[in-house]
Amino acid sequence: MNPNKKGYFGKFGGRFVPETLMNAIEELTDTYFRMRKDKKFNQKLSGYLKDFVGRPTPLYFAQNFTNLLKGPKIYFKREDLCHTGSHKINNTIGQVLLAKEIGKTRIIAETGAGQHGVATATAAALFGLKCEVYMGEEDIKRQSVNVERMKLLGTKVVPVSSGTKTLKDAINEAMRDWVANVEDTFYVIGSAIGPHPYPLMVRNFQSVIGKEVRKQLLSVEGRLPDCLVACVGGGSNSIGLFSTFYNDKKVKFIGVEAGGFGLNTPKHSSTLGAGSVGILHGTKTYILQDKHGQILPTHSISAGLDYPGVGPEHSFYKESGRAQYVSVTDKEVLKAFHLFSEIEGIIPALESTHAIAYMMKNAKKFKKSDVVVVGLSGRGDKDSGIVEENE
Amino acid sequence: MNRLEKKLKKLKATGRKALISYITAGYPNIGSTKKIVSCLESSGTDIIELGLPFSDPIADGPVIQHSSHKALERGMTPQIILQIISRIRKTSQIPLIIMTYLNPVYRYGVERFFADASKAGLDGMIIPDITPEEGRVIINLSKKYNISVIFLITPTTVKSRQGFILEKSRGFVYVVSITGVTGPRKEFHPSIIQFLKEIRRKTKKPLMLGFGISHPQQLKKVKNLVDGVIIGSAIVKITGKPTQSAINEALKRFLKPFRAELDRRTNGN
Repeated sequence: MNPNKKGYFGKFGGRFVPETLMNAIEELTDTYFRMRKDKKFNQKLSGYLKDFVGRPTPLYFAQNFTNLLKGPKIYFKREDLCHTGSHKINNTIGQVLLAKEIGKTRIIAETGAGQHGVATATAAALFGLKCEVYMGEEDIKRQSVNVERMKLLGTKVVPVSSGTKTLKDAINEAMRDWVANVEDTFYVIGSAIGPHPYPLMVRNFQSVIGKEVRKQLLSVEGRLPDCLVACVGGGSNSIGLFSTFYNDKKVKFIGVEAGGFGLNTPKHSSTLGAGSVGILHGTKTYILQDKHGQILPTHSISAGLDYPGVGPEHSFYKESGRAQYVSVTDKEVLKAFHLFSEIEGIIPALESTHAIAYMMKNAKKFKKSDVVVVGLSGRGDKDSGIVEENE
Repeated sequence: MNRLEKKLKKLKATGRKALISYITAGYPNIGSTKKIVSCLESSGTDIIELGLPFSDPIADGPVIQHSSHKALERGMTPQIILQIISRIRKTSQIPLIIMTYLNPVYRYGVERFFADASKAGLDGMIIPDITPEEGRVIINLSKKYNISVIFLITPTTVKSRQGFILEKSRGFVYVVSITGVTGPRKEFHPSIIQFLKEIRRKTKKPLMLGFGISHPQQLKKVKNLVDGVIIGSAIVKITGKPTQSAINEALKRFLKPFRAELDRRTNGN
């Protein structure tokens, strides 16, 4: 589905930003809507996705995992095999190409787990633009490998010490930078969040995931999947996987949020599971907030899901019942991380492991004849430190 | 006409430039806010902006981020700011404006907030993360509850939107002096003069210049092009002093030269 002219998916979305940014956002909207249909732009984009990113990524039938769970047939969409190690690069190549089109010379981004930061740093290096990435001090500690990678790519990593020192605060700082430097700076947002047109634009850049899945599954199974499962933080890999199948009503969507220590504690990031409607980072969507409208601190073992908001299209999917949103705990994630690595020979990112953990818990709920596609959004090399610390 | 609009009319009639002071409500503590308001009023402030703190103030620099954080720690809430306003109204008729972000108001219930604020004695609202495009609801409530909804115009606002903002803003227009977040700056960008002249030609509404104002010399070049100035972070910084008497003394000393500069008649424009 497409949002309305003002960027609303149902009642969610919109554009709640300081006046200083309005011009840049309108310029981006115009350029994006023009380029979206531009043959040359799309050829360029798909050229880079093919030769630089390594698309299409495989749709892999996980024989061992399927046998172990004795449930449905489980396929994994291998975004972990993208250049830089996650789906994030699908979006950053697109946005940095747009930045060049508009004539901006400086790129900024926020990052949680560091995957979006690395993907932005990579695209900026490729296209010869200056790049600065905001990252919470807490995340710099827990994802140090990615900090080193960004530096190697010529990007400046700016530590953020305000608030909870995680993804939310990195976005705040990136927005403040953008407000101050909007004339020459392009803000590459990493998830399907933020003011219109970002949720739509990021979704569309990531929808390459779902489009490939459709084609690949039709060719091996001759049919569409019964269910799609993906982790949801801001929700870019999941919306990229789901959105292509929006009108295929028989395809179920399950979004898996970070349950942290459990939804009965304050230490989780399950925005759709436990949040309420509000306005954060330029968009009206579900958020985690207290009764006075202050944003709550969040927790997740995975830095990439540790965020109190979610893309507005997911809020719409939740409210309309198109998708179901669930959560798994840190503990369940750690267990799945080991098991999956050992039996399948793939070390998944802790973010993506949320989707794997959901399947482990719920395989019995599916029919054996069902076909499920799980989004494996990133690889887990970056997470060995956190995993060790939590055991 | 509410107190703000009456005051603006009177200022215009007497040719006096407005001094608008911003403080973060609840900083350095809940009890101090009423006292600081009364000190600001007696130091030559014409209009007061009370910041209702939000946990994620993306349009604010370090000073207001810090004061917001502290005020929230002290327990500041929308309910409490409205109580403070009611209490101020027992002794003062100075125009009061709440500046905040949308989420705390949304959570309270936008209409309920306007209704309760109107009862408490509020005159204006500034919500920097709402532009007039998203402002239909608050513009309607503005009429219903007689609270001026003030919009911001910035140096990056394109010409085609300037007229729209100037038309929708009620009471006065908040003219942002810089491309950036709130916080003290040494001087304005030279292009500010051109920008002010341009919007001055387009509206008769009062123009109030804010963001980055921290010393009176800055006003010399711009004061004839605007109807007043808004001082925020520089005042908030002073309100962080440890005792009420230190705060009062420092505020008086700080505001005096601003008042003097605004009141000094100069030629030309």
